[in-house]
Amino acid sequence: MNNKFKFILIILFLTLGCQGIAFSQSLSSNQLIINGKEYDGKLIAFSGEVIGDVMLRGDFAWVNINDGENALGVWMPAAAAKEIGFTGNYKSRGDNWEVVGVFHRACLEHGGDLDIHAQSLRKISAGRIIKEKLNYDKAQLSLILLGALFLIWISMLFKHK
Amino acid sequence: MILKPRLEDLKIIGFYLGKIILGLALTMAIPILIALCFREINPALDFFIGIEISVLLGLFLIRICQTDKDLNWMQGMIVVSLSWIAAMILGAIPLYLSGNWKSFLDTCFDTMSGFATTGLTLVQGLDHLSYAHNFWRHLIMFLGGQGIVVIALSFFVRGFSGAFKMYVGEARDEKIMPNVINTSRFIWLVSIVYLILGTLALGLTGLFNGMKPSNAFFHGACIFMAAFDTGGFSPQSQNILYYHSLVYEVITVIIMVLGAINFKLHYHLWMGNRKEIFKNIETRTLFITIIATFFVVAVGLAQKGIYPQATALFRKGFYQLISGHTGTGFQTIYAGQFVTDWNPLALTGIIIAMALGGAICSTTGAIKMLRIGIILKAFKEDLKRIIMPERAVVIEKFHHIREVFLEDRLVKGALLITLAYIILYGLGALVGMFYGYPFLEALFESTSAAANVGLSCGITNIAMPAMLKVTYILQMWAGRLEFISVFTILGFLFAALKGK
Repeated sequence: MNNKFKFILIILFLTLGCQGIAFSQSLSSNQLIINGKEYDGKLIAFSGEVIGDVMLRGDFAWVNINDGENALGVWMPAAAAKEIGFTGNYKSRGDNWEVVGVFHRACLEHGGDLDIHAQSLRKISAGRIIKEKLNYDKAQLSLILLGALFLIWISMLFKHK
Repeated sequence: MILKPRLEDLKIIGFYLGKIILGLALTMAIPILIALCFREINPALDFFIGIEISVLLGLFLIRICQTDKDLNWMQGMIVVSLSWIAAMILGAIPLYLSGNWKSFLDTCFDTMSGFATTGLTLVQGLDHLSYAHNFWRHLIMFLGGQGIVVIALSFFVRGFSGAFKMYVGEARDEKIMPNVINTSRFIWLVSIVYLILGTLALGLTGLFNGMKPSNAFFHGACIFMAAFDTGGFSPQSQNILYYHSLVYEVITVIIMVLGAINFKLHYHLWMGNRKEIFKNIETRTLFITIIATFFVVAVGLAQKGIYPQATALFRKGFYQLISGHTGTGFQTIYAGQFVTDWNPLALTGIIIAMALGGAICSTTGAIKMLRIGIILKAFKEDLKRIIMPERAVVIEKFHHIREVFLEDRLVKGALLITLAYIILYGLGALVGMFYGYPFLEALFESTSAAANVGLSCGITNIAMPAMLKVTYILQMWAGRLEFISVFTILGFLFAALKGK
């Protein structure tokens, strides 16, 4: 009984541990694009910010994840995609997700696209709304230029008279 | 004896340049509306500042160069050349203020790329760019595609005989209608009708693809402008790959081809003369060169074996080819994949397609189909002369809206411009190689810039040498204006320095 318990513990440790290694060894998009042949068909980890739209396609969804170098398309179950709270755009910082999945440099299922078919996903950090504050320097410059334009307009009026 | 330009020349040039700058300033009001729709405060301010600086400069030039004289050919050409430089600098102001470009040179690179409908870009954090700035990037393609001067002619300049000189200076040597102003307005009519239809088609596709409605139609409008004007910018960093949609790709291919067709042909099609499309030398040449270059690309890709399925090979190969041939620059592969996953043969096929381009009086760049058709006809004529008896009179004709006899002056003109383009492609490649890039990659990027295409194999990035950025800017400018205006301004500068 004791041995069985130890065996289960070891298996559990190895499974979680290996998963941890996979997650911690996230590859960059540049590595995947440049060394596509090397990683083709292999299980890889990739992480970055979810950007743009979450595009639901039946039971699956396309989600584009940007690691700061490039954005890669990730094909994932729709249920997992619905967990995404924020996607990156001008007014929000997208969630950071870590994807473990099969990398395809020319996916046969998706017309030769370079993509990742997700097998497991993990939210690293949640995104947020970016509040836009008025840039006072720009506002000042704008007012100064408006003043200059007003002066030119006045001078043109006088010239015509 | 070379005559030094007179003060009168400078005044006339300055006056009309000022008018065109005022026209450009007005176009910056459109992104302000977009900013207001999406409640973007600082982007609206960026464009407000852009308008103010442009109006100040425009009014200043009109005021100090006040004249009622018309343009002569030289002045018209110089106004066009300078208008494009002014548009590049003034159009860059709101983009630079966004903080998404590393330097003002990078921003100028993008605005010249936009106005010249190239599509090479140095933007950073594109996926976080505001709607207003993103719209401006695409709008400048739309404006540049029709021609900056065409805009001024259509809306801001009253009829005067110098109009045609500026129209020609912008590489549009064909009048669709007897009056150049009406021709410009027809170009706008065609473009706006297609804009509405294209935006609807792309917007609905985006909607069915799972995009948010606002994004779907915003992207639809942007992608239409970039496709019809054979530009190649996209609202997202992944370009067309962002959409993961075959339907989207098919629609953009149709729009790209429409953009590569001569506006004169559009006019005839609109008037119900559908036979013209099958008889016209340009469409015939385009069809043949597409097949020929796709064959080269397909063999190259098959040799490399990256796409084991024929459908994938066709989808990827044909899309990049059409994008290159029409001078658009949309990509469904990453830039680096051209080098890592495609072989030199496939790359060469794309380079040839980019170098050839679309129709004249369209929004494409490069050598263009009419010139290629004329050169091929001239070869055919010479071959006939060799084969047939000496006494035989060999006459070659071609169909371009009407039957045209192949005259020596036409062949000479076509060959001269072709030669100028080949030299331009080569010079850019030389500069690229000077900075250590391999020959084929340097030629690819140089051809893409000079032919106003926008496909990239990875050389164009923020880290590339400043001198190379300047080289590509000059190539985009010269390539878009088809040399004549550029040669005129060089001659003008030479005369100013050496003239008496």
